Amino acid sequence: MVVFVAVLGIWEGVVAALHLQQFILPRPSAIAAALVSEWPALQRAAANTLYEAIGGLLIGVTAGVLTAFAVARWRRVREAILPIAIGASAVPIIAAAPIMSNWFGILNPFAKMAIVILLVFFPMLVNVVRGLSEVDESAVELMRASAASEGQILRKLRLPNALPYFFTGLKICTTLSLIGAVVAEYFGGSDEVLGRVIVQSSSRLRFDITWAAITVVALSGITMYILAVAIERIVIPWHASQRSRGT
Amino acid sequence: MTNPSDAPIGPRTDVVTIAGVSKVFDAGAGQTRALETIDLAIAPGEFVSLIGPSGCGKSTLLRLIGDLTEPSAGSVTVNGKPARQARLDRDYGIVFQAPVLFDWRSVEANVALPLEIKGVSGTERDRRVQEMLGLVELRDFAGHYPYQLSGGMQQRVSIARALALQPSILLMDEPFGALDEMTRERMNAEVQRIWQQTGTTVVFVTHSIPEAVFLSSRVVVMSPRPGRIVRVIDVDLPRPRTDDTRETERYFALITEVRETLRGRRDDDPLSKGRVASMPRTLAEGSVG
Repeated sequence: MVVFVAVLGIWEGVVAALHLQQFILPRPSAIAAALVSEWPALQRAAANTLYEAIGGLLIGVTAGVLTAFAVARWRRVREAILPIAIGASAVPIIAAAPIMSNWFGILNPFAKMAIVILLVFFPMLVNVVRGLSEVDESAVELMRASAASEGQILRKLRLPNALPYFFTGLKICTTLSLIGAVVAEYFGGSDEVLGRVIVQSSSRLRFDITWAAITVVALSGITMYILAVAIERIVIPWHASQRSRGT
Repeated sequence: MTNPSDAPIGPRTDVVTIAGVSKVFDAGAGQTRALETIDLAIAPGEFVSLIGPSGCGKSTLLRLIGDLTEPSAGSVTVNGKPARQARLDRDYGIVFQAPVLFDWRSVEANVALPLEIKGVSGTERDRRVQEMLGLVELRDFAGHYPYQLSGGMQQRVSIARALALQPSILLMDEPFGALDEMTRERMNAEVQRIWQQTGTTVVFVTHSIPEAVFLSSRVVVMSPRPGRIVRVIDVDLPRPRTDDTRETERYFALITEVRETLRGRRDDDPLSKGRVASMPRTLAEGSVG
């Protein structure tokens, strides 16, 4: 916090001392002023963007998890889907945004949501598949020694084992979902979204508003991430990553 | 507190009968012969240790008894039925070198796992869990999570879990190999006590000679790959064995006997003669891991 305030102070000072133009780097005070004056518009835009991001996140994560179960369960499905999934992770899916707008309509929020879904689907799939299949071999033998059914092995071993992997994926995906939504908005559509506010304010050289919108994006992203971490803490308190505060 | 451990072994009462068992692993280029024509019978209530150099197939033999792997030849009979059926009937409990506790379950819930799988529920399950925790003296830690326990305590939880269904055989695969010497000796005394209290037949894989001698009714000494039974040594130390037992002449004599059998230098011993002579040279020079 001290560092954060110090950085803002230095920023303010440097901009003033070097007489930098507002459109190159606005002062933090100017950004704060824009944040206040543009708040109603920014708030509306944030709500619309978050709708796309969170909606896409929920659908994409659900689809990823369900596909992961099928992939982990049936070898045929794994052989068919996993190479595609790994390949797709390397594709800059965001480039497909104009196609989604074409398919679903440029003003349809689902066009942006579709990009988010595609973006979060593959990391989620890959993580959960790992969680379901990378199980301690001795633990499987232990279950077999008790004559456990495949269903019991899934419920009592693979599923809990996959939870930490799921949360790793979820944390990556919260960040991805917001990036996906905002960048997809750059390509056009309704103007009442953060991506359009950023594009339009910058083309009008109102960089104070651009920075204010970016601040809102950043705060939204951080909030979503913290939320994911909070859920993780509640759901898997037993996991090694949660034990930093002693036992 | 009496165990039928030193009773004569009759084929009809055996808990485990291993007849002409061989195990060949298919490994990339060729085949690895892990075990060759093993014959062994284990009577109810016996404590049998399998000891031998690394890679002699002692763990494989244990896994064959538990139907975690299948023999390439021969048969494994447990409680008068094929090993597969014994596994499905939940006739045995197993303890690995690692405790293999489920991180997301409390001590209590870990011990309850086999009971849950079998479908034992409610008060009966709670009662059994409490009884098992009492047996390993961990009642006070019922609500703890595995990461809050020491290595020795974790292994005691895994023993409690293995015994939760009151199996007729307990299979232990180097259960204390990862523990320090002091903890290991304490755990040995504990296992002896649990074995005497429950009357369970134990098959115990180890590479520690003192551990094998201290615990066992019989020590099965195996040769390097392909694993064969070199000799079975009866351990006639009186029970219960204590720290004092570890200082007796007989204890040292038995340790020496096991060690020399492992090294293959008992040419004067009529029991091992012939077999020793045919053993590969590597055994004579090698030591136990």
